[in-house]
Amino acid sequence: MGIQFGDVVFYRRVDKGIRDQFMRSAVRAAQERMRTSRLRAAEELGDWEEWRRLGEEIRRHTLEHLDYYLEQLSDRVHALGGHVFFAQTAEEATSYIRDVVQKRDARRIVKSKSMVTEEISLNDVLEAIGCRVVETDLGEYILQVDDHDPPSHIVGPSVHKDRERIRRVFAEKLGYTGSAEPEEMTAFVRQQLRPDFLTAEVGITGCNFAVAESGTVCLVTNEGNGRLVTSLPPVHIAVMGMERIVPTWEELEVMVGLLCRSAVGQKLTSYINCLTGPKAAGDVDGPEEFHLVIIDNGRSDILGTEFQSVLQCIRCGACLNVCPVYRHIGGQAYGSIYSGPIGAVLSPLLGGEDLYRELPYASSLCAACTEACPVNIPLHDLLIRHRQKTAEEKRQSPLGERLAMKAFGMVAESPRLYRWGTKLARTALLPWEEDGVIRQGPGPLQPWTSIRDLPSPERETFREWFENRRKRGERP
Amino acid sequence: MKVSLFITCLADLFYPEVGQATVELLERLGCEVDFPVAQTCCGQPAFNSGYHREAKKAARHMIETFAHADYVVAPSGSCTAMLKEYVHLFSGEDEWEWQEKARALAEKCYELTQFLTEILGVEDVNATLPAKATYHRSCHMTRLLGVKDAPMKLLANVKGLSLAELPCAHDCCGFGGTFSVKMAPISQQMVDEKVVHIEETDAEVLIGADCGCLMHMGGRIRRQGKPIRVMHIAQVLQSGLEKEGS
Repeated sequence: MGIQFGDVVFYRRVDKGIRDQFMRSAVRAAQERMRTSRLRAAEELGDWEEWRRLGEEIRRHTLEHLDYYLEQLSDRVHALGGHVFFAQTAEEATSYIRDVVQKRDARRIVKSKSMVTEEISLNDVLEAIGCRVVETDLGEYILQVDDHDPPSHIVGPSVHKDRERIRRVFAEKLGYTGSAEPEEMTAFVRQQLRPDFLTAEVGITGCNFAVAESGTVCLVTNEGNGRLVTSLPPVHIAVMGMERIVPTWEELEVMVGLLCRSAVGQKLTSYINCLTGPKAAGDVDGPEEFHLVIIDNGRSDILGTEFQSVLQCIRCGACLNVCPVYRHIGGQAYGSIYSGPIGAVLSPLLGGEDLYRELPYASSLCAACTEACPVNIPLHDLLIRHRQKTAEEKRQSPLGERLAMKAFGMVAESPRLYRWGTKLARTALLPWEEDGVIRQGPGPLQPWTSIRDLPSPERETFREWFENRRKRGERP
Repeated sequence: MKVSLFITCLADLFYPEVGQATVELLERLGCEVDFPVAQTCCGQPAFNSGYHREAKKAARHMIETFAHADYVVAPSGSCTAMLKEYVHLFSGEDEWEWQEKARALAEKCYELTQFLTEILGVEDVNATLPAKATYHRSCHMTRLLGVKDAPMKLLANVKGLSLAELPCAHDCCGFGGTFSVKMAPISQQMVDEKVVHIEETDAEVLIGADCGCLMHMGGRIRRQGKPIRVMHIAQVLQSGLEKEGS
């Protein structure tokens, strides 16, 4: 699928999202649920701010010494008998994985949720060589069955569908005849997936965190499918973004705690699997062959820039769960597998600034995302930084806006121009005034007055009142 | 105590009554109010749109305009947060001098209710407003400036005022400066949801501490013909005392 999906322009996607009442009520309900449980889980932890600071510190430290920890991780995995491949680009990653699959002559592949494999379009590449790739996370599975509907949330990719819609998809595509009860549908999916787990030749997973000191890959799931994907097939390929690393088990514990609480409001999820190397002599399960694919795909270009903190992200989706813009337009409006505030910052960096030029503006800068982030990424500041790049460095903002801002700069530093400007605005707006308000403003006021009344500027500005009062001798 | 007032451009032009109430309130509480006439705008429209060169022009001008002040007080959480942001705005290696000046300004800047409670130590201003109201906590004031409780403490002591809690109070109203016009369809959805929540409280009055949010919500409420009055917290705190103060 790649980072981008579809080629519909941003404003159309927004419009589509806003009109989709169904999606919006599903997203609103999910948001409320996750936000409330996140706050409760954070409260239980004690001093949440302290934990956030610790989380941030761990992520920052790791990023600042990323080369060291990557080498340590790679050495450990090698020592355990695993294979490590560093992929600079999506193509390098997919062709390595394709080679592994082809060498095994594998046809059946099971996967557990992984954003980074979406990012590199892995399924397309594997399907092109005749493999059957089955997503085994319930959310991903639903999307895959529903004609590869793109994900709308980082943690809950099918959050935009409710149970009735899911029942319909299962009935249409898989001949499901049961009810829309989640338990019944989940049991059905389980039956569907069981033969896939048992016959798959390769299992592919993402990696929530890799522990450098032990060469361990840690998977956090709620359904237990991650464990089946990594223990049943003879080959396990774990794919990770190069930044998803922690130094030791001690930091892993902190990060997993922060991830689970922030993502779904649980202390821990149902399944946290830590896999260290392939099956050793005497082990009862585990893959015979283990590959760790570490992906750059634009990440190292972010290191050392003012956007570096975005790499602290642990993909918990907390920022999506509090974002009012996300709630109203839905995740698919972002046109990227990374949606919401984090997507608005990350997509232009990984997918191209030109492709995602509007995303940084799709924010009221309310900073709810920054407040929710468990690792203190200043998301709203980074959105402004993107805007600055567009406006000042690339000069790609609209000409009218550039001129208006130039004028703003002149007025803001000149009290005389400011005074003259406010007087002029007052006089100029008089013809549009009606009953103390402007209902249909001219030119630049049009987008404001299209939905809101504008108070007409007062006859006496504050500064005039203040001066007149002094002149009248009411005050010194 | 001498207080230099930053009235904000929105209040100056669109809501002079908010500025007047602020002046009268501060004077009634024993402050000598200074209004540096050279002041313009904090620069937030340019800053948030990414035009930092222009924002710096505004910032330098504001820093100089308020250089003499002991305290700078503004009836806006958002604009006060912007004044404090100047420290980060001047982050270049050759800008340390301006950064120092920005820091000096940041240290003496207060949003109105923050100033009343933290510096003057006042929580009861002796105001009276017999009405049912709800309070909109603006995002920049609570999240960027970190002022959360001050308005509630003051409002709790306004006689006759019954305050209903606003559902989903943590959600942005959808103003966001240029966002409100640049992304008008999304902004509309956000404000409409906010208005529904306001209505759920049965409030006759919507109170806020930022003219931007109030202009946005008030404009939408008026367009929809809803019978909800919009008041700035400075006006509420000066209610029932207008004559006495001036």
